[in-house]
Amino acid sequence: MASEGDRRPDLEVEARRSRLLGGLSLEAEGARGVAIALLSTALFLTVIVVAISQSPGWPEVHRVFFGWHDITSTFPEIARAFVLNVKIFVVCEVFILVFALLIAVLRSLPGPVFFPLRALAIIYTDLARGVPTILVIALLGFGAPALQLQGVPTSRVFWAGVGLVLIYSGYVAEVYRAGIESVHPSQEAAARSLGLSRAKALRFVILPQAVRRVIPPLLNDFIGLQKDTALVGTLGVIEAFNQSQIDANATFTFGSYLAAAVLFVAITIPLARFTDVLIARDRRRRQASGAFA
Amino acid sequence: MSALALEGVHKSFGANEVLRGIDLSLEEEEVVCLIGASGSGKSTLLRCVNLLEPLDAGRILLHGEEITRRGVDVNHIRQRIGIVFQAFNLFPHMTVLRNVMLGPREALKLGREEAEARALELLGRFGLADRRDDYPDRLSGGQQQRVAIVRALAMRPQLLLLDEVTSALDPELVGEVLNVIRELAEGGMTMLIATHEMGFAREVASRVCFLDAGLILEEGPPEEIFSHPKEPRTRQFLERIVQAGRL
Repeated sequence: MASEGDRRPDLEVEARRSRLLGGLSLEAEGARGVAIALLSTALFLTVIVVAISQSPGWPEVHRVFFGWHDITSTFPEIARAFVLNVKIFVVCEVFILVFALLIAVLRSLPGPVFFPLRALAIIYTDLARGVPTILVIALLGFGAPALQLQGVPTSRVFWAGVGLVLIYSGYVAEVYRAGIESVHPSQEAAARSLGLSRAKALRFVILPQAVRRVIPPLLNDFIGLQKDTALVGTLGVIEAFNQSQIDANATFTFGSYLAAAVLFVAITIPLARFTDVLIARDRRRRQASGAFA
Repeated sequence: MSALALEGVHKSFGANEVLRGIDLSLEEEEVVCLIGASGSGKSTLLRCVNLLEPLDAGRILLHGEEITRRGVDVNHIRQRIGIVFQAFNLFPHMTVLRNVMLGPREALKLGREEAEARALELLGRFGLADRRDDYPDRLSGGQQQRVAIVRALAMRPQLLLLDEVTSALDPELVGEVLNVIRELAEGGMTMLIATHEMGFAREVASRVCFLDAGLILEEGPPEEIFSHPKEPRTRQFLERIVQAGRL
């Protein structure tokens, strides 16, 4: 009884840790646990593979989707087109992180004076999250260049990027806001009591804590954005998805789609693992003693 | 001129009238302890002095200057008044040194070297020099509260407010924090202290104020309040404290 009571907190911390690492950590279970995990995974995969390969349509699906030649022959072309996806992703993400933070801060302003700004921020996030991304991209991508305004870029990629920034800023602003609200008011009181202005309290005390707490959900939105760069292809721009569609139409097979999917995953999965590393490092640094505050 | 003067201070939270006309003044280098049951308004009073809560009526003067008037630069006023909270409120994402340096750097606009020298001097004086690079959650409660006091002192305040600074501590850690306050009192720091530590109040206070339902019901030298309280409610309160073994 006593020993169980002693062990439980350790196990809970351990469980929390392994959840943070994506639930893949087997450290707590030891060698026997690893063996069981391997065995059950192998069994599971066998069942799936057998079930699929025994299905009546499998030979045809195999030919159309998994033609090795189709995948490898289209891959270089799609990879070249994919560079555009990555560029859009990186550039947009920078603007989103800044713009969304501005919106979140506006929304957290106190007092009646700032009501119009708060209202504006709320309306913005509602709209940005309410309209389908593909619609915004079509509206801006086709509409904005058609205005033929002086000094405004006419590139569809540019306007599609603007659309992505507008939409994703709505989501990311909400993530930031959740982070800001999770910081206890006593932290602001402590900062203000030192004579710091509200802006400085936000900058040095509240935002650093808020952002740290929302890194995982922020990454979620990063991954979503990386995938949604494919929507730019709907404007006729040659990026990975559009290129794979062209290849699919040329070969009457879908291997090129698989090639494009591999490219997307090659970015998003390392991104996910990278965040886990960041989180774990932050935890280790702050709790090197093992004490859980 | 008083270091601090409160005149007819009223404060309500909704229908709950927490302060119902507080008059209180502190002379330079005076240590005044506020005692009274939980909910009597001690913390609210301190938060009002630090302008963390706006008053409903009345005024507060710091060295003769009214700090509750309209259009006052609250940031500048707060630089002159330090406050230490019951729950420490250290910044968990900063090391001890950065916690202490933040105010001098960003509010007083001191250069890095000067702010660091000031912080290290204070940390050394209160036995925290070897903790400078630790994060707050690696420190004991007593150490955290001492850092919080140092953080307030680094602003070189004219007045220090202490809001039940030992109430969140394990009993064995209370002493080290009280020692720090004792040392400050001996050094001539003007302090307004809300506390449940009656023995400590008796020892360091030049004056004790008994707060009851938002009013200062009785005030005077500690011997008088603790040994010969005039008001029946003060007697009642002290009897309960004695029964609880805290005096």
